[in-house]
Amino acid sequence: MSDLHQTPLYDLHLELGGKMVPFAGYSMPVQYPMGVMKEHLHTRSDAGLFDVSHMGQVILSGPSWDAVATAFERLVPMDVLGLADGRQRYGLFTNDAGGIEDDLMFARRGDDLFVVVNAACKGADIARMKATLEPDVTVTPITDRALIALQGPTAAAAVASLDPAAADMRFMDFGTLNLDGIEVWASRSGYTGEDGFEISVADADAETLARRLLALEGVEAIGLGARDSLRLEAGLCLYGNDIDAQASPVEASLNWAIQKVRRADGERAGGYPGAEMVQKAFADGVARKRVGLAPEGRAPMREGTQLYDAETGGRLVGSVTSGSFGPTVGGPVAMGYVGSEYASVDTALWGEVRGKRLPVRVAKLPFVAANFKR
Amino acid sequence: MIFTEEHEWLRVEGDEITVGITIHAAEQLGDVVFVELPSEGVTVSKDDEVVVIESVKAASDILAPIDGEIIEVNGALTDNPGMVNDDPQGEAWFFKMKASDPSQMDDFMDEAAYQKFIG
Repeated sequence: MSDLHQTPLYDLHLELGGKMVPFAGYSMPVQYPMGVMKEHLHTRSDAGLFDVSHMGQVILSGPSWDAVATAFERLVPMDVLGLADGRQRYGLFTNDAGGIEDDLMFARRGDDLFVVVNAACKGADIARMKATLEPDVTVTPITDRALIALQGPTAAAAVASLDPAAADMRFMDFGTLNLDGIEVWASRSGYTGEDGFEISVADADAETLARRLLALEGVEAIGLGARDSLRLEAGLCLYGNDIDAQASPVEASLNWAIQKVRRADGERAGGYPGAEMVQKAFADGVARKRVGLAPEGRAPMREGTQLYDAETGGRLVGSVTSGSFGPTVGGPVAMGYVGSEYASVDTALWGEVRGKRLPVRVAKLPFVAANFKR
Repeated sequence: MIFTEEHEWLRVEGDEITVGITIHAAEQLGDVVFVELPSEGVTVSKDDEVVVIESVKAASDILAPIDGEIIEVNGALTDNPGMVNDDPQGEAWFFKMKASDPSQMDDFMDEAAYQKFIG
């Protein structure tokens, strides 16, 4: 256990009774005494505080915004150049085969880009950025800042009680706030489908800020267990499960993340790893798609559950990549890949659970409507 | 009530044995969201997987503690799996069975020994 990293909130997690588990090389709280179910429901009704300091934070800087944005477009199929100052966007690193190496958030901070990547991929992501972007653009991993997410319908009021400027931010806005004397970089975004903020704060101030937020009405600490069920109900991908190096953005049903300007007939088409493959996927369609899956019974269909087109015999048509119980839905929810001919909503399939085929329907994502402040 | 190392409890009343999981086991499982019970009337052997129980986190099995016949199951758990967290050593029993060989229960622990076992 001694080789696990600890976030600046580690002692606070222990004090709050967090059940610590190894996750992406860090010791992280999977749940607190409240339990996964209540933590999930609390985040949907009030506000939850999540320690996501294990994620990678990186600053890209260069001679000008145009230089930084143009360089970053060589790594992601997103419109970076068109990003207004103080705005954030969802992105994907692709590989030469058009698969997904990681998903990320990137925000414009003056002439710089602030990038947040997954914990498990951060080493590879930083190496990839350095190899492609340097020396024109400087890649600076941020190793002295924590990341705290505050999510839920009362999160905005909680943050605004510390800095009223927070109330003026819209979904995917990014900026500096002063929370009770602590300067932070905040974006109005998250990984739960709820309104809220993701807050980058200096390590030295992280525990003070977390305690200040937890002292506010309705704010509770929430573990990684509920983070997973919240994102699944919100239809959001978990890298390594729902998207990976073999899945193209089109197969992953992430077409919306690739802006027109970067598509085949766009002004800045291609120019990122695997662009030809991704353009081909857009033009010709794909053999499989990521879909939502709603098991009809009460039994959860976990990751790896095989999907068939008949109750007996039939064809293997796909598998579940994330599956659990959705506390807000009040039943099992899942995501997975199925052959494109089976991808339309309400298609009846069967998932094999403990040797029995149980009915499951292809479902619209998200399972729980997003509650963003647009 | 007697206890097994698999964190089950058994209550023996005449030749009827009621089986459930301990408070400790329920706490370890977390929020239970699904319970699949065996059919009444089936004959089981010790360590057969007789109940499937799923929490928000994962699926696990409950094993038959002894050889015998399942004579009754607690159908209320199917509709309300959360009972397992609310009252594991009371309302949320899983099944009742008739033992083929009651001596299989000789090595099970009493409450004090079980508390010591879970530390």
